[in-house]
Amino acid sequence: MKIVMAVIKPFKLEEVRDALTALGVHGLTVTEVKGYGRQKGHTEIYRGAEYAVSFLPKLKIEVAVPSDLVSQVIDAITAAARTGQIGDGKIFVTSLEKAVRIRTGETDSDAL
Amino acid sequence: MKFRSILPALGALALGLAAFEPALAQDAAAAPTVNKGDTAWMLISAILVILMTIPGLALFYGGLVRTKNMLSVLMQVFAVFSLVSILWVFYGYSLAFTSGGEGALGAVIGGFSKAFLAGVTADSTADTFTSGVAIPEFAFLSFQLTFACITPALIVGAFAERIKFSAVMLFTALWVTFVYFPIAHMVWFSEGYLFGLGALDFAGGTVVHINSGVAGLVGALMIGKRIGYGRDLMAPHSLTLTFVGACMLWIGWFGFNAGSNLEATGGAALALLNTIVAPAAAGLSWMVVEAMGKGKASLLGIASGAVAGLVAITPAAGLAGPMGSIVLGLVAGAVCYFAVTAVKNALGYDDALDVFGIHGVGGIVGAIGTGIVAAPSLGGTGAADYSIGGQVWIQIVAVVITLAWTGIGSVILFKITGMITGLRVTPDQEREGLDLADHGERAYNY
Repeated sequence: MKIVMAVIKPFKLEEVRDALTALGVHGLTVTEVKGYGRQKGHTEIYRGAEYAVSFLPKLKIEVAVPSDLVSQVIDAITAAARTGQIGDGKIFVTSLEKAVRIRTGETDSDAL
Repeated sequence: MKFRSILPALGALALGLAAFEPALAQDAAAAPTVNKGDTAWMLISAILVILMTIPGLALFYGGLVRTKNMLSVLMQVFAVFSLVSILWVFYGYSLAFTSGGEGALGAVIGGFSKAFLAGVTADSTADTFTSGVAIPEFAFLSFQLTFACITPALIVGAFAERIKFSAVMLFTALWVTFVYFPIAHMVWFSEGYLFGLGALDFAGGTVVHINSGVAGLVGALMIGKRIGYGRDLMAPHSLTLTFVGACMLWIGWFGFNAGSNLEATGGAALALLNTIVAPAAAGLSWMVVEAMGKGKASLLGIASGAVAGLVAITPAAGLAGPMGSIVLGLVAGAVCYFAVTAVKNALGYDDALDVFGIHGVGGIVGAIGTGIVAAPSLGGTGAADYSIGGQVWIQIVAVVITLAWTGIGSVILFKITGMITGLRVTPDQEREGLDLADHGERAYNY
């Protein structure tokens, strides 16, 4: 099992969700985050005070999937979240040791 | 208000010999008539100025601070309003609007003959600008109460986000007593020093705006910068609320300026129109200068400009013509823009919500500008033999005296406050935010 974590542009969430649903991935966690990479921030000016805002709002999605589905999930997210502009985000994959569905006590692949 | 005098201040009553029917002192001449229309207008004007303070000013300021300090600003404005309204009826009205006796003391401060509103009844009256026309004294003193309340409330913007609540309360009580009441007496009471000089201040440019602006600057300097000033993001947490507050300020200001006419006449209508066009011009002026300098026209910019225009037209509201008011507004918007951007950054003081940059600087522009735009040759209401040069000089003298009085007075009173309550919260409390540290609650619980 793997955790696929992707940081994406906020307006791409619905497209990514649709792409993952089409793959049979049911359920993902979304967090509003801020960060910076190659994309430049912007300047905000309030009366005399100028602030360089370098941390931009993004969405972080996390989805737990069976290992054999990882490359399809990555492809799906890449295709759905891509605009071609700087700031499209990144995908990280990590191993997942254990999963439990709290309601039933099912574990691992049964719990995904 | 220049020509205002209060009947009960005259004659026997001021000496405490007749605490009833103040009109009797003069009724050998002609008993002043009280007009129901004037009375209604003054009552509405007093209510408008309250709207301007709570919630107008509170929201204008509150939107400009960070989320963690929102309630502290709302609370300070509300508490200052409440405290000063009580002090006003206890002794403030008496110190401002009764005779302080012959000589230097009486030119600076009134007496205690109307402490606790002694002798003021529903039948007592206060003079207006028109001979023989009066308004109920309760209407006059309630209207004046709202001015005394908003002035210290304006100051809290300068040291927002780091001052102790107890310090705000103590400083306010001291400051209205030793700074506001004397200056109101000097400018608006017939025996006051600046009134005697012939200084023009229709609705409180010196008394309210220069006064609070300079006190705010002193406070910002003495209390020091906020932690992280110039480094951390201190963006306004809700310009939406600031917009709502700015609009309420503008609406309330009609009571402030047109109400200062004391009668529902053409003079009030002139002041009302000036209170529309001057801030409109100032908002546009700020917007244009900002767009040329920074590339974008901001909502906070146009709203700040409009407030600067409201400040600047205050002393001239019933004295300038509409075209003169527009010029005054255009100048005030641009000058205040440079004050809060270039000057503040160059000098490095942390006047958090620009009380000095807008009220102090705008007030000075307005007070001196009043000497110009009141000239009949420029559409003002000055007398035919009006001398611009002479009047501008008197205005400058009035400004300098106000600057000195409030500047020195505020330094002393902040020192005293600092010794009794301390001025600043601890660094941990400041980082946590004044809402939790001082008031034990949060503005937003999502």
